Amino acid sequence: MAKMTVARAMVEVLKSEGVEIIFGIPGAAIYPFYDALYDSNIKHVLVRTEQAAVHEASGYARTTGKVGVCVATSGPGATNLITGIATAYMDSVPIVAITGQVNSSLIGKDVFQEVDITGATAPFTKHNYLVKDPKKIVRILKEAFYIASTGRRGPVLIDVPIDVQMQEIEFEIPKEIDIPGYKPKEKGHPLQIKRAVEAIESSKRPVVCSGGGVIASGASQELQILIEKQKIPVISTLMGIGSIPTDHPYYLGMIGSHGQKEANLALRQADLLIVIGARLADRALGDTKITEDMKIIHIDIDPAEIGKNVDTNIPIVGDAKQVLSEVNKRISERKDFWAYEIKAQKKVLPDDDKLHPYDVLREISRAYNGDYIITTDVGQHQIWAAHNLYIKEPGTFITSGGLGTMGYGVPAAIGAKFGRPEKEVISITGDGSFQMLLQELATIKREQVPIKIVLFNNTRLGMVYELQKKRCTGRFIATCLDGNPDFMILSKAYGIESMRLESKEKLKEAIEIMKSHKGPFLLEVVTSPDEPTIP
Amino acid sequence: MKYTLSVLVENHPGVLSRVAGLFSRRGFNIDSLAVGVTEDPTISRMTIVVNGDDYIVEQVTKQLNKLIDVIKIKKLNPKEAVERELALIKVNANSQTRSDIIQITEIFRANIVDVSKETLTIEISGDEDKIEALIELLKQYGIREVVRTGLIAIERGNKVISKSKSEEDE
Ligand SMILES: Cc1ncc(C[n+]2csc(CCOP(=O)(O)OP(=O)(O)O)c2C)c(N)n1
Repeated sequence: MAKMTVARAMVEVLKSEGVEIIFGIPGAAIYPFYDALYDSNIKHVLVRTEQAAVHEASGYARTTGKVGVCVATSGPGATNLITGIATAYMDSVPIVAITGQVNSSLIGKDVFQEVDITGATAPFTKHNYLVKDPKKIVRILKEAFYIASTGRRGPVLIDVPIDVQMQEIEFEIPKEIDIPGYKPKEKGHPLQIKRAVEAIESSKRPVVCSGGGVIASGASQELQILIEKQKIPVISTLMGIGSIPTDHPYYLGMIGSHGQKEANLALRQADLLIVIGARLADRALGDTKITEDMKIIHIDIDPAEIGKNVDTNIPIVGDAKQVLSEVNKRISERKDFWAYEIKAQKKVLPDDDKLHPYDVLREISRAYNGDYIITTDVGQHQIWAAHNLYIKEPGTFITSGGLGTMGYGVPAAIGAKFGRPEKEVISITGDGSFQMLLQELATIKREQVPIKIVLFNNTRLGMVYELQKKRCTGRFIATCLDGNPDFMILSKAYGIESMRLESKEKLKEAIEIMKSHKGPFLLEVVTSPDEPTIP
Repeated sequence: MKYTLSVLVENHPGVLSRVAGLFSRRGFNIDSLAVGVTEDPTISRMTIVVNGDDYIVEQVTKQLNKLIDVIKIKKLNPKEAVERELALIKVNANSQTRSDIIQITEIFRANIVDVSKETLTIEISGDEDKIEALIELLKQYGIREVVRTGLIAIERGNKVISKSKSEEDE
């Protein structure tokens, strides 16, 4: 057993967990940890605000399947993490957030830069810890990684007072983690699986609703086997986009208030709904009512999701991949695909001389043939992206589906690029969202992260503007973004190449320029404020 | 409907606030919550009385189960459990009313634990109905103060709710 400081021990545990990269900003309450990091080969990315650190860790986690790690100092550093932590919680992204805390003897006295961050984040972390006993640090960190990355994944926060970081301990990594109250259940109940198979086989118009859980559990292949054997149309939530290739003949699109017509229509006509890894929140259901005569099978790793928003006939608690492969073993083949008719009604998009967002997104899809990772922000552009981009592989469409956090897209893209450097990473954003965390252009420059940013500039908080147009009979308040900077000059200031696209003739050329550019690139697309979310 | 949940939790600081926070955050109503350490000093037991329907109780149980510090939850069947609450009741008493109050106390098998010139303090343990009944009777004399612990409960017979998880409780 070696003697070392808690700070060093923390770095040693991170190394043993295979952590390669950390996103953060230092401060006085976390300096011992940073000092210990100096001697390690873990890469540290200095962000420009802590919220970006969590989002970058999130983008990294979602593309690699590993745990993302971010660090902040006490007080304001810690509170700046909050939006990012809540975002990760809603989308079940595995994150370990480490915060410095004031001296243990001063906790609770409102001293300089003190804040009760464990209290503040309790509602939206999977678990959190305030480390008071230096001897417990190693176990706690190990537990944090285990909790974050198993079961329904999510963020875990560890708050470490500065005096604790400096104490000496005997370092030894425990071999096993046993948390009595935490035993995630991965295998589905055999009887329920049997009932599910029977229900699917005897249904006439089954529909699968695929959620983020399918991607998280790596169950895409199993899902495809199931739907192809039983000829079941698939609809997805925003988080589920990419769980099945968007050009799959059985894929009908995203459901909900911002969903595709075909998808919602299929949901309304179904006699059996198979929900996999989705919570069916209000926005996902839109105005579709689940009727009494529609049967529901709900597969989820988190038992608390089942029966929370919709009544379930056949609940199956377990990992989607495991459950589906069990189902597939037993299920028969079916002949008819009932939703072809719905699919045939697919709406044709208007084709005129104007440059529409969907033209741009479809051109991007064509030029890259789906070989990219897409991140989005929140607003009309998010929905445009969800409807029009070709998404080929699971985990390549990354968006803040649960919390709807503006500012997510660009940092998530940075994290994604660090996670999968061989992939093209494109961030689709709006002028409102982009300006919520645009200081990350500095991180992009400093680290030379070659991501592409496609910025739809409609000089509006478009989604809200559209709402005001409909619901407030055009009483527009606080949605016009007058005072936007010149994004070309702005990117120049950060040393990032850019281009402004204003007409349809230049579209192909612009995408080619963006694609062939080696470094980071910003493509501003000038968009009409009156472009609707769903044409 | 009222439901009694017996919840084993790790005896860590912050667990109570996590549990209580969960109730308020999700809009569940708790009637009472009593906590104390168990035979194993690393584990505490909470007895939680929830008011609601089957959906609420199921949600409460599932959401509580998600807390890492919660080891086990069991919904107790009132017929198969012993339920007790302790109350201290300070009631006005003068020379005329004193003997009446003492009589009532005896009928309820309660104890007088403090006496002053103008008051008596009564200790009573029992289920909720019994305590309510005593309070109701004492009202006529003027109740100064009531302190109640909230319900605690234990299963009858040789059944125990222990740390090791068994299928039937899930
Ligand atoms: C942090 C945050 N603040 C406010 C909102 C509410 N909101 C949702 S969409 C939207 C407008 C987004 O504007 P922009 O990024 O320009 O995208 P557009 O809708 O124009 O494509 C706003 C303000 C939000 N989702 N997140």
